[in-house]
Amino acid sequence: MPVRVETYAGLDEAAGALAANSAARFFAGGTLLMRAINEANPSFDTLIRATDPALKEIRLEGDAIVVGAACTMNEIMAHRELAFLAPVARGIGGPAVRSAATIGGNLFAWSPFGEMTTALLALGATIRFAGHGGQVAIDEFLSNRDRYRGQIVRSVSVPRISDPSAFRFLKVTRVKPKGAALISIAVRIGRPGSGETRIAFNNMNPVPTRALAAEQALQGGSLDEASVSRAASLATDGMNPPTDALASDWYRREVAPVHLKRVLLGRT
Amino acid sequence: MAKKPVQFRLNGDEKAAFVDDGQNLLDVLRRGVGDLTPKYGCGQGTCGTCTVLIDGEPRLSCLTLAETVDGHAVTTVAGLADGATLHPLQDAFMCHFAAQCGYCTPGMLIAAKALLDRNPRPTREDVVEAISGNICRCTGYEAIINAILDAANAASGSSYARG
Ligand SMILES: Cc1cc2nc3c(=O)[nH]c(=O)nc-3n(C[C@H](O)[C@H](O)[C@H](O)COP(=O)(O)OP(=O)(O)OC[C@H]3O[C@@H](n4cnc5c(N)ncnc54)[C@H](O)[C@@H]3O)c2cc1C
Ligand code: FES
Ligand code: FES
Repeated sequence: MPVRVETYAGLDEAAGALAANSAARFFAGGTLLMRAINEANPSFDTLIRATDPALKEIRLEGDAIVVGAACTMNEIMAHRELAFLAPVARGIGGPAVRSAATIGGNLFAWSPFGEMTTALLALGATIRFAGHGGQVAIDEFLSNRDRYRGQIVRSVSVPRISDPSAFRFLKVTRVKPKGAALISIAVRIGRPGSGETRIAFNNMNPVPTRALAAEQALQGGSLDEASVSRAASLATDGMNPPTDALASDWYRREVAPVHLKRVLLGRT
Repeated sequence: MAKKPVQFRLNGDEKAAFVDDGQNLLDVLRRGVGDLTPKYGCGQGTCGTCTVLIDGEPRLSCLTLAETVDGHAVTTVAGLADGATLHPLQDAFMCHFAAQCGYCTPGMLIAAKALLDRNPRPTREDVVEAISGNICRCTGYEAIINAILDAANAASGSSYARG
């Protein structure tokens, strides 16, 4: 089936065109959408593009960094304020994928992909939409992702991390140096005595998911061996991992607690 | 469906083509403007043999919507040699037997060029990382890695900067 491509200069017009056609998709880096076209069986009939520079901006806003949805993994790696996200971006595909793949596209990537989204979930990012779409917390976005398909993500607002050890990320792969993730783990460590610790897994559920029971076990912020072991033993609560070419659900359940423990103890 | 006019610089020469909606750049390079050096391996982004430079950045031409290169510069392996003089990377690939069937070679050379343009003195890890999106089923990578390191070493004296 032939695909139409419509290009708009303004985000609002593009958002209107996308909302008007349920068989349209917003086109960003194309690393997933062009695959679908090359397979000659896309589930969409129209691609909507926008050349609006707002999609490319990276700016500070209070305690957050606003990252335009069309920023690529390479652009994220190159930005000083986003240094804490560089290890996540660097793990996504090879260099030629990273120069096209965007942060907005990653939000909609399906398993086994979605490392950046997993990191954004652990960080407690906010998703902002174009037009009159407003904004939602990433937790809400991921729990209802299909509902948001008809809107254009304009930017992602990411809390700034001043202490680099407060954010940890691990991508577990079988093929080195680059392979699809078996699982990935992102953790935002809370301040002792106050802030909550957020733990997010990829490939343990159909979309990146927080390990809420493990987070609960770390309330109070201490990362001693005993609390970390308790948290790790709860890591797979509420998880329903897939069985795919990379691993069985059993294997994922076995290794997730081990890797989480290493991440929390800083032994990766 | 209407064709869209696209103009871009290919290896320094102005090119114009009419592209279909949804057509990928690899197809336009091979069938539209007759540059057969980038190869079609998978169409999925996983083999890297279609890698080209767009404005100096490595990109997978099979996953690039052709109309997005309008007004941009595209470099393929056809643009590496200077007349009959091979690019240092091409020389090194020959000296190190870094090609067997040669199918992956255009993508490997472009990935290597992208690396050396940015980082003329790469470590072995840098080279491995730079070609991590490119699959070779013949040489087993060692010869390719050695060739790229050798080209970088040879060039730190002189010639790499060209091309
Ligand atoms: C070889 C290869 C290796 C890869 N490796 C990894 C990896 O290691 N880790 C990983 O996480 N991913 C990986 N990916 C997947 C992919 O490249 C990334 O997830 C990327 O971030 C997707 O972004 P994109 O801009 O290319 O998306 P596109 O293909 O343009 O779009 C993907 C989806 O997102 C939607 N979309 C994009 N932008 C927006 C927006 N602003 N608003 C609303 N909807 C939007 C599109 O409509 C579409 O449904 C890989 C892909 C390939 C081909
Ligand atoms: S043909 Fe483009 S990556 Fe394989
Ligand atoms: S030389 Fe044959 S695939 Fe690399």
